[in-house]
Amino acid sequence: MQTANSPMDATGATEPAAARATPFRQVVREANPTVAANVSSAKIKVQNLSFYYGKSQALKSVTIDILERRVTALIGPSGCGKSTLLRVLNRIYEIYPNQRATGQVLLDGEDILAPNQDLNLLRARVGMVFQKPTPFPMSIYDNIAFGIRLYERPSKAEMDARVEAALTKAALWGEVKDKLSASGLGLSGGQQQRLSIARAIALNPEVLLLDEPASALDPLSTQRIEELIDELRAAYTICIVTHNMQQAARISDFTALMYLGELVEFGETEKIFTDPEKKQTEDYVTGRFG
Amino acid sequence: MLTRYARRRLVNYFNLTASAVVTAIGLILLAAILWMLISRGIGALSPKLFTEMTPPPGSDGGLLNAIVGSLLLTGFGTLIGAPIGILAGTYLAEYGFAGPFAATIRFINDILLSAPSILIGLFVYETIVVRQGHFSGWAGAIALAVIAIPVIVRTTEDMLRLVPVSLREAAIALGTPRWKVVVFISYRAAGAGMMTGVLLSFARISGETAPLLFTALNNQFWSSNLNAPIANLPVVIFQYAMSPYDSWQQLAWAGAFLITASILLLSIAARTLIRTRKQT
Repeated sequence: MQTANSPMDATGATEPAAARATPFRQVVREANPTVAANVSSAKIKVQNLSFYYGKSQALKSVTIDILERRVTALIGPSGCGKSTLLRVLNRIYEIYPNQRATGQVLLDGEDILAPNQDLNLLRARVGMVFQKPTPFPMSIYDNIAFGIRLYERPSKAEMDARVEAALTKAALWGEVKDKLSASGLGLSGGQQQRLSIARAIALNPEVLLLDEPASALDPLSTQRIEELIDELRAAYTICIVTHNMQQAARISDFTALMYLGELVEFGETEKIFTDPEKKQTEDYVTGRFG
Repeated sequence: MLTRYARRRLVNYFNLTASAVVTAIGLILLAAILWMLISRGIGALSPKLFTEMTPPPGSDGGLLNAIVGSLLLTGFGTLIGAPIGILAGTYLAEYGFAGPFAATIRFINDILLSAPSILIGLFVYETIVVRQGHFSGWAGAIALAVIAIPVIVRTTEDMLRLVPVSLREAAIALGTPRWKVVVFISYRAAGAGMMTGVLLSFARISGETAPLLFTALNNQFWSSNLNAPIANLPVVIFQYAMSPYDSWQQLAWAGAFLITASILLLSIAARTLIRTRKQT
């Protein structure tokens, strides 16, 4: 492969985390050389998943494994179905009539598409953060406490500790600890997004779905979110949709390229970006199509 | 010969002038009404309005019974109408979406919104007054509620639709049950707007006359009994303004001024509410 590095070199100077020696994550793979082969550690197994918005088909028999405690990036041009795939994993699409999925999505071996699946419990296990920051119209404290109260009634002291822990994990505690009772709407965009992440991880989910979490943010806030994802990878299975290929290269262990509702190629991020199997993948990651 | 650009400027100038003139005519009419109301109403204001009952022809008096009656009728009308209107608006915005049932409700609601209020008075007359055998304050409050409901349904739905979809999705993605999303997220985000809708419907029904003619009727004496005919400002204004007695006409002006002033205050309160909530 000739030019895989060129798009990164071209734009790398303005990208926050590009200062790393290598744009790819080596550390995790070196520590776990068997990860790629170790399919049994799949947290989520998506099998023959098709998805329909009314009559138009958005996913065509997609099969992919999301590995436990790894960051999996979904990339591809707009409308390729990557966000749709993400929205199946916590069945958030269910709130809209006319949207339906067929196939199997196994979370720890259980099919979450089964009709008897309890959606609220599923969503407690599979958290989601959206493109636009979504602080609730309430105080910073209550933004975090709201989700916790859905499932538990901790004492005041315990709740305080949970809120602090979540905000600390989301690298927001230092900035908000003196104004917890202020409205979450008063924070900056980047802070709001970290608040949204804190809210999601306050429930101790097993999986975190991130739908272009940094695309509405400035470069510095983007960097903070990326660093945050880097820290969260140890505890959570993360699946991130991104339009930014450099971002996928920087933060993910595995990358899946989608196109027109189909999975084009899926593999270790370094391989996808430097030595892809398919010509289509190479063209996309080098910026020649898409 | 006109160039294209010069012609465009001319057309623009003409249209701008025409719309300015039309706007001015509308505003002048409005100002004239207000001016007449203020000039005649302020002169008729006196402390007696709030301490004495509506007088018999030719003698002095106030509007106390009508003011209290109006507050009772409008208050209960809003109390009955607001829950129904808010719940229906919530259904339309949060549950019904574009389904055929919701579309039908929305269509009927739009018709109700512009239905002549005298028709609603007749409807309540037939269904309640005739059955009960006598006019009553409750019938009046219900008639006012029927007028308030479509206004509240519409504003509630509009305000809830302004809540971003992403906010609802974020709440649902936490595993929040649907009713909690509505109560704790949507209502919180749209609360100020919904409150404004209720206030505006209160203002709207506070001046309704026609439905009260068939329901609450009027009462010359003090009464706070909603099971009997009860005095109210609109009907008092209607009767007194058409009477030949000067003192009654004065009271009608005073009553009209009171209603208009309270609607003005309510509107200002509603706007302030929206503004302060936006800042937080």
